[in-house]
Amino acid sequence: MSDPYLGMLMLGLIVAAIMLGFPTAFTLMGLGILFGFAAYFKSGQAWIDNQVFDLMVQRAYGAMTNDVLISIPLFVLMGYVMERGALVDRMFYSIQLAFRGVPASLAVATLIVCAFWGMASGLVGAVVVLMGVIAFNPMLKAGYDVRLAAGVITAGGTLGILIPPSVMIIVYAAVAGQSVVKLYAAAMVPGFFLAFLYVLYVLAWALINPKIAPKLPEDQTRVPIPAWIPPFQSAYGANMFLASLKALVMPGPGKGIEKDGQPLRWPDIARGLGFSLVPLSLVTALLGVIWWYVTVHQQASQVIDTGGLQPLGGAPQPDATEAKGVSPKFYMGFFTVAGLMTLVMLRFYWRMTAERFEVIRLLSTSIVPLAVLVVCVLGSILFGFATASEAAAVGAFGAFILALIARTLTWQRTREAVFLTAKTTSMVCWLFIGSAIFSAVFAILGGQALIEKWVLSMELSPLQFMILSQAMIFILGWPLEWTEIIVIFVPIFLPLLKHFGIDPVLWGVLVFVNLQAAFLSPPVAMSAFYLKGVAPKHVTLNQIFAGMMPYMLIVILCMVLMYIWPGLALWLPEFLYGAG
Amino acid sequence: MASDSRSAETGIVRALHFIDGVSTWVGKAFAWLIVGLMLVVVTEVFKRYALNAPTSWIFDLNNMFYGTLFMMCGAYTLAQNAHVRGDFLYSSFSPRRQAALDLVLYVVFFIPGIVALCYAGYDYAADSWRIREHSNITSDGPPVYHFKTVIPIAGALVLLQGLAEIARSIICLRTGAWPSRLGDVNEMDVVGEQLANSEFLDEDARKVAAEAARISESARQRDRGE
Repeated sequence: MSDPYLGMLMLGLIVAAIMLGFPTAFTLMGLGILFGFAAYFKSGQAWIDNQVFDLMVQRAYGAMTNDVLISIPLFVLMGYVMERGALVDRMFYSIQLAFRGVPASLAVATLIVCAFWGMASGLVGAVVVLMGVIAFNPMLKAGYDVRLAAGVITAGGTLGILIPPSVMIIVYAAVAGQSVVKLYAAAMVPGFFLAFLYVLYVLAWALINPKIAPKLPEDQTRVPIPAWIPPFQSAYGANMFLASLKALVMPGPGKGIEKDGQPLRWPDIARGLGFSLVPLSLVTALLGVIWWYVTVHQQASQVIDTGGLQPLGGAPQPDATEAKGVSPKFYMGFFTVAGLMTLVMLRFYWRMTAERFEVIRLLSTSIVPLAVLVVCVLGSILFGFATASEAAAVGAFGAFILALIARTLTWQRTREAVFLTAKTTSMVCWLFIGSAIFSAVFAILGGQALIEKWVLSMELSPLQFMILSQAMIFILGWPLEWTEIIVIFVPIFLPLLKHFGIDPVLWGVLVFVNLQAAFLSPPVAMSAFYLKGVAPKHVTLNQIFAGMMPYMLIVILCMVLMYIWPGLALWLPEFLYGAG
Repeated sequence: MASDSRSAETGIVRALHFIDGVSTWVGKAFAWLIVGLMLVVVTEVFKRYALNAPTSWIFDLNNMFYGTLFMMCGAYTLAQNAHVRGDFLYSSFSPRRQAALDLVLYVVFFIPGIVALCYAGYDYAADSWRIREHSNITSDGPPVYHFKTVIPIAGALVLLQGLAEIARSIICLRTGAWPSRLGDVNEMDVVGEQLANSEFLDEDARKVAAEAARISESARQRDRGE
């Protein structure tokens, strides 16, 4: 048997061994060492001097000093701390109240919590079970269609692996030698686009057929207004924002109002006012950062770029201040958006009823702090202020601080988060070592070259190759977990991308989206089984599968759109870091 | 005779749990490196961006924290059966068949791979000690020989745990049931914790849900052969 066929045998054996359920990391290592030994075998050499041992330890040390993988434990820690520190049911409750006017409000709130949870933790794990408990029963009780309720939870729960900061993207970056930052930027738009399509689908379905998502009964949509607010309003006026402002300067009319059995004090009013200012300050901060980034940060970094140095033997650099400045289009766009935002905010604060006041308070104490943290972490990576590992560490630290402030962090939970982080990291990184050895031996044996020759001899067009590769990954996604697909099978396709002129970033994002579809396809989708575990007895697995199907089709639609307009994925990285 | 073999068996189970305990204890001890890593990076971020005083050897230190963390937790992860495995067929097998497969594959794949890792890692670390190797990533980098020593040590721990897993398979082959594992935190625990703190779920729903979550978790555990 010639070497390349030995390589193919190795590939066949790995598939068989994975099917048999042996821990994949050790299968990869074992196969790598056995076949590598044969590949490096020289007669006359002591078997203990075989070079495969050097290869193995080099690869292991390479994984230990991999500066891409290092951000995995930090992101995973951030996720676990958030998961254990946040109060999901309060989050769900406040979002549901905020969306109480929208059709199928419970389903929309479920999707939003799932998407947010995906951002926070990036692990599919417990999301489905948790939302299955918190959201599934209320939806069924409210008379929602079982398929609708099951679909949003299973589809929303798998969003986590796609929306950054996801561990899958980091592992792909390490395998493909691509920049994490670029992949994050590229996955960002499709991730939210997909979440947006899900919401759109739910809304459209509920509008066309209101029977599947009946309006909630009155008592569930009523915002619980604390007892002190009505007398407060009658003393200072109905607009809570203006009333709080007034109450701060003239305490007179508010005398005698009680809150929780105590007279209403100045700090209470100030805190209420502070909560009501949250939306305004978020919008202002967002606009401010955009303004600062475009007009100050980009310009400043360009001054450094154009130090007048001419690279040795290079062409003279064009005067960058001329080539790039703040385009007038930006000013136009910025002021239009800012103007619109001002109008929205004016209208928002003009009608600051007691309900709105209370909803804002609920949101500000549940989801807003975590959302701001996640946005800051992602933002600082995307805009290049910090590396992925730095941002992840600060994010994990911030998650600890927030949990401490919310008084949800106990010693027990800290320990749990730390131990879970260790196990998850260890699982991913040992797998990475195994796959590094395996793919090196596979290439040495010539198995990789054989596959390349074989694929090239089929004379596929890039589109055909794209469809073929994605279809194979889709099918592999049924039985396998994303970890195995990314570390074992993706490296086989990667060298071929260059031949077909396919951008590895775009291909990677398509793989991420593709795996979403695979994880939503019956009959192997794990999330369906997790949901079944916590669902009431009358919900059948078939109903859950039926609920998932449309989302799978939406994911495939999203992939088609991404192939037709690669800009969907590549727009953000190109805008931020330039083409190429 | 029968009582002899039974007492031998309990002895083996006790040894199993001892090895589990060692792996778990070491893993949990090294797991705390993640907090160290986080604090080191946060401090460095502060120093670099706020004080404009970066430290050159931090890069190496970060790698050491992270590399040691995941290597030394390998045995712990194995002891908790948390290494990823394709369990869609495996979970439908009877425990005996699972054990037979595991036994064969541990001997065929695991032992050669991990023994090679220990052997190669030992040479690698010994060479590094001999030349008192320093990191070459930055000029005047910190020593790395102790870091490289992690490879053979972690390999030996994983090998030890692997032997325990082999013993597990043999016991399961004989008795038809998997010996128990040490309890530990797992991802599903968060459900119980979240529900215990919930304010908007009624008591009934909470009880039903907690019960259901426990059932689904134990089903999953059984599937994984625990």
